[in-house]
Amino acid sequence: MKKLIRVLALSLAAAASLPANAALKVLATTPDWGALAQELGGDRVNVYVATTALQDVHRVEARPSLVARARSADLVVATGAELEVGWLPVLIQESGNAKIQRGARGYFEAASALSLLEVPSQVDRAMGDIHPYGNPHVHLDPHNIRAVAHALTARLSQLDPGQAAYYASRAQEFDARWDGAIRAWEGKAAPLKGVKVVILHRDQVYLCQWLGLVEVASIEPKPGVPPTAAYLGTLVGRLTTTPPKLILLNAYNDPKAANWLAERMHVPAVVLPFSVGGSDRAKDLFGLFDDTLDKLLAALK
Amino acid sequence: MRDFKPVVALIALSTLPAMAPAADDAAALRAELQALKSDYDSRVDALEARIKQLEAANAAAADAALAVAAAPPPTPEPAPGGTPAGNASAFNPAISLILGGSVTGSSRDPADWHIAGFPPAGDEIGPGERSFNLGESELTFTASIDPYFSGVLTAAITADNEIEVEEAYFRTTALADGVTLKGGRFFSGFGYLNEVHAHAWDFVDQPLVYQAMFGGQYRQEGLQVKWLAPTDLFLEFGAETGNGASYPATRLEKNGFNGATLFAHAGGDIGEFASWRAGVSWLTQKAEGREGGIEDAEGVPLFEQFSGDSDTWVIDGVLKWAPTPRRQLKLQAEYMRRRESGEIADSTGLVLADDYRNTSSGWYLQSVYQFAPRWRVGARYDALDSGTPSYLLAPPDLIGANPDRFSVMLDWNPSEFSRLRAQYDWDDARDEAESDRIWRIQYVYGIGAHGAHKY
Repeated sequence: MKKLIRVLALSLAAAASLPANAALKVLATTPDWGALAQELGGDRVNVYVATTALQDVHRVEARPSLVARARSADLVVATGAELEVGWLPVLIQESGNAKIQRGARGYFEAASALSLLEVPSQVDRAMGDIHPYGNPHVHLDPHNIRAVAHALTARLSQLDPGQAAYYASRAQEFDARWDGAIRAWEGKAAPLKGVKVVILHRDQVYLCQWLGLVEVASIEPKPGVPPTAAYLGTLVGRLTTTPPKLILLNAYNDPKAANWLAERMHVPAVVLPFSVGGSDRAKDLFGLFDDTLDKLLAALK
Repeated sequence: MRDFKPVVALIALSTLPAMAPAADDAAALRAELQALKSDYDSRVDALEARIKQLEAANAAAADAALAVAAAPPPTPEPAPGGTPAGNASAFNPAISLILGGSVTGSSRDPADWHIAGFPPAGDEIGPGERSFNLGESELTFTASIDPYFSGVLTAAITADNEIEVEEAYFRTTALADGVTLKGGRFFSGFGYLNEVHAHAWDFVDQPLVYQAMFGGQYRQEGLQVKWLAPTDLFLEFGAETGNGASYPATRLEKNGFNGATLFAHAGGDIGEFASWRAGVSWLTQKAEGREGGIEDAEGVPLFEQFSGDSDTWVIDGVLKWAPTPRRQLKLQAEYMRRRESGEIADSTGLVLADDYRNTSSGWYLQSVYQFAPRWRVGARYDALDSGTPSYLLAPPDLIGANPDRFSVMLDWNPSEFSRLRAQYDWDDARDEAESDRIWRIQYVYGIGAHGAHKY
């Protein structure tokens, strides 16, 4: 009997020590956080991304495959600020995984490392799909990516203390490359400063903010509310006094309204990748910003 | 010697949340320090980013001053990633309210609506009354209770000015290894539609098979344990037991529980755009003096009460295909088969037969297609087989009934929170000879916290 107990105890201890050697399982809600987790975690993480660049992250189904991934995840990397409110809570609830519950170490929100833009002073659903904690589409400002990278590195080291030095060195290396890239992008983007643009949804606000693009209108009359023909008509009237140079839309958007407006205003409609995977060149975070800037600059010529 | 097994089990259960991973040692401390350092780094970064943004905003503002229609300026005092609330209401649960109602028209008197060959399964079945009707107003409160449990209450305020507790349960959040325990009053997890709340249905009403076999939806007061397998394929197993408070079970005159429910679901993705879930469930329940019997073809009741065993198999499957964010096709079907055996009695409780046996079954197949961002169209076919009751004194000419129904619907969803729907039914639930044509226009509105819907 004693022998049996000893064998059981030993095998239990062996089982418990296993995760220390295995890679951390990361469930990222968007391709961008997935790419960042991969940059920082290297071969110590096993990243699964819940959505693609061609999906609208507001409206994602809590599919069984995602519940299964949440079940075995060590870390959920989400945007937060209610961007994933329609589906992530279901995944976490159905997962039966104590590690990733809200408030646990395995639940990470990028927004917690950032100051959000457009925090409304009052909220009412009559204003459309507004987010009470501010605009959650934070990833199109590379400075935000940098801040999230630091917070995420801290979290990875908390979860996997044995590899803290590894994460720190990867973070340092990423930081150096990223800072260099930001300098290059900002130098290249100088001609974009002050350029008047029309955006489609408020998910391009951080990009405009970073590049100094001036948003003169958005095609959606209210966030998440598709434009009617009548609204587009008045928009054309309004825009003739302050003509935009570019109309911005994302790979996942329905291009109809933007194309119609572009034709009317005789300005180009630029389809931006928006997320990693949103275009052929946007294979990682660097490619995402390279491609976004090149598309904007090319359209300006 | 008294039996303390339940007490031991309870105590063992109560220690489960405490089995959360204990902190490591020096390595953890080092990591903590490293984390602290990185945390400060990230805060400094956030501040730097903020300053850059403000500089950019100033520059942009100068340009924007020239523009007539300028963008709304960014709010200068953001709360870093969370709610700044520091008052007592900060812990209030998330509250959501569903408003619903309909206008109904039918070619036959809805008062005599019934499903041929099946015992009446409660008052929440059928197309409802004609003209304008108020649906159930559903009020839901949800919140974490503490780090170990969360709680949900859904109260339905009915059109008859009554408040009904639709669901009220706790659920564990801190058990390890994919185990979740749920207790209280809740919709059973078998099949696909049983757990879905009325406001999330794709048609105005439940399929006939749910109405005939479970009075719409099966719920009881009890316990549920679910286990999710640690595999990439979604594999979920569940078991439930309870007091058997609703059809086809009844409460029993004894301590303990009534019957059990077992279910298993599997699911996954097919390629990039399609996903599926399928399941099989088994319910075994008991009824004691259950009111309501079956009528023969002439409308003469064969019996008024049933006592005995009721076992049900349910097979369910769902397939969703969404080639773009604006289009989706959903295909869904369920099959149920029930075997009942036991005693039948008249209204006074006088036993008419003790060798009663019957096997009934039914299924539905439905498809809903979202063809434009705000529009969906759907069709559903329902079919039932009442089976032919068999017992020694059964009338020799007894035959089973095969009620069926075909429904089409169109709905318009101006936003995630509002839905207007039209539905038309070719309803042969009573009998082929008593065809009913039913139309309904329904509204469903959601107020308050953003609900998160299950698959």
